[in-house]
Amino acid sequence: MTMRRLINLKRVEARRIYLTYFIVILAYIICQTMSSTKFLSSTMRGMLVPICAYMVMAVSLNLVVGISGELSLGHAGFMSVGAFSGVASAILMQNLIPFAPVRLALAMIIAAIFAAVAGFLIGIPVLRLKGDYLAIVTLAFGEIIKSLLNNFYLGVDSGGIHFSMLSDTTRLLPGGKLIIRGPMGISGIQKISTFPAGFILVMIALMVVFNLVNSRSGRAFMAIRDDRIAAESIGLDITKYKMMAFVTSAALAGAAGALFAMNYSTIVANKFDFNTSILILVFVVLGGQGNMLGSIIAAAALTILPEKLREFSDYRMLLYAIILIITMLGTNNSEIRSFFAKLNPFKRKEEAE
Amino acid sequence: MKKKTKYIPVPSRAILPDRDFDREPVLECVNLGITLGGIKAVDNFNLTVGRTEIVGLIGPNGAGKTTVFNLLTKVYQPTKGTILLNGQDTHGLNTMQINKAGIARTFQNIRLFKNLSVVDNVKAAMNNEMKYNMLSAILRLPNYRREEVAAHRRALKLLSIFDMQDIADVRAGSLPYGAQRRLEIVRALATNPSLLLLDEPAAGMNPSETADLMDNIRKVHDMFQIAIILIEHDMSLVMNICDGICVLNFGQVIAKGTPEDIQANPAVIEAYLGRKKEEA
Repeated sequence: MTMRRLINLKRVEARRIYLTYFIVILAYIICQTMSSTKFLSSTMRGMLVPICAYMVMAVSLNLVVGISGELSLGHAGFMSVGAFSGVASAILMQNLIPFAPVRLALAMIIAAIFAAVAGFLIGIPVLRLKGDYLAIVTLAFGEIIKSLLNNFYLGVDSGGIHFSMLSDTTRLLPGGKLIIRGPMGISGIQKISTFPAGFILVMIALMVVFNLVNSRSGRAFMAIRDDRIAAESIGLDITKYKMMAFVTSAALAGAAGALFAMNYSTIVANKFDFNTSILILVFVVLGGQGNMLGSIIAAAALTILPEKLREFSDYRMLLYAIILIITMLGTNNSEIRSFFAKLNPFKRKEEAE
Repeated sequence: MKKKTKYIPVPSRAILPDRDFDREPVLECVNLGITLGGIKAVDNFNLTVGRTEIVGLIGPNGAGKTTVFNLLTKVYQPTKGTILLNGQDTHGLNTMQINKAGIARTFQNIRLFKNLSVVDNVKAAMNNEMKYNMLSAILRLPNYRREEVAAHRRALKLLSIFDMQDIADVRAGSLPYGAQRRLEIVRALATNPSLLLLDEPAAGMNPSETADLMDNIRKVHDMFQIAIILIEHDMSLVMNICDGICVLNFGQVIAKGTPEDIQANPAVIEAYLGRKKEEA
């Protein structure tokens, strides 16, 4: 019967999930041994944590763009909410919890909660829109978050936590400490982010996304993406599921932001601007919408690439752009794809359709 | 084969099968109407559908048949009239709530979730009967597994009505046309409807496929004991399986009755074939 030649989705998807976990674990083991045997240059070692953070960003944005089918251009906004709330809470907890990994974990959880709340509040107006309109409004909200954090002052003294907007009117008691200093951001951060922590966060993000996608919620996300009218006709609550995907994605981005920020001694809101949002979107589009492994590889490759191109000095960004264009063309070219499909012995049968 | 049908004194002269007597009708439309762009797309539409009745909705192209379906499922909000579903007024409900209240439908141009597998299309429709939350999905708690396994079993059982259980893991968009149409019906059934709306289920099918479809609709009807309204241009199908037929033209009901009545009705013949020259 002709049905035999049709792709068995369940097998393909299950294989892809295990492959993703396997590659991430393998990459971690290789990088960890390389870095402990000093085989890795110090620049590369310094990039391991940002790469992990970008991987989580890419995976979380893929949940919105690839699975839920909504173009979001403000993902860096959630990253910055997570970065600032995570770092601020880590500084506040410094004396309370001296053990750094626990402090990092708690800071990431707090960051995820703050970013999820931000995602929920932004989601209320944004998710009423569709397509291009939604993309543009998320872009605007990303910029709003950046402006708000640029004008946010937070300090702590014996009287508790104080904050103010626009200018520093926190009036801290003597001995108090200003943590977030508006456009100056946060400085003097303890670098407590580690590569193993980053690896664990990537694994958690993958687990959350994969398990969510293979549940009733994930089926609802994809059903709404594929056909909104049909999804409504079978009783799916469109707003609820769009919100669920958006908030989950924001929470993961928040945790990634905290991880990212605590790898540097200083963090400013301008770091998480429109360019960062677009960079993350590039990871998703290059890796393939709905393809988590692709997102992870793209995030790693496009973070390392500018560093590797440093020897070309002035032509660095030009080459970066050219490589990006060629890769995009290549991955979307059906002939090149079928060429690679032929090389893959597992795929040959299933691509026959 | 001749089905026993009788008239009972309800406002719209519904044709109810014997087993539906003394039971509340599943659907009552009273003076339903909608104005789209200044045109009365549907006007004064009255229809009563019994618990287990199969009603055919026919009429020339553009008569407003699909608009009636869109009104029933609240894709459009009616500008006048009432829809009673199981005796309850559906005023103010949206499409999603209408489905929960018991109406499921298929579409004229197939609307499947193309990138999902066949079984996931059906399981997506069973979303509301699964109760586990996001946390148990992420952590794969026991209730996730229990409900997923139960849902999967039920989905396969539903697919087996149309002999589709063997292609459960195939991407829905890659199915042949007829199978896509059948899958849409299964998906609608998965929401446990009391009224099933089929919009041109036999469109694009050859006579043998249409005959199969006819058997399948009858099978579904007998198995689930639900009411079905179907829009169809294939007269052999409509005349064979419907208990009652309602003919629309220019948004107005021009005739209603048993298949025999409709075939003999001069107004219907006129709507389909046109008037004789001297009368025009």
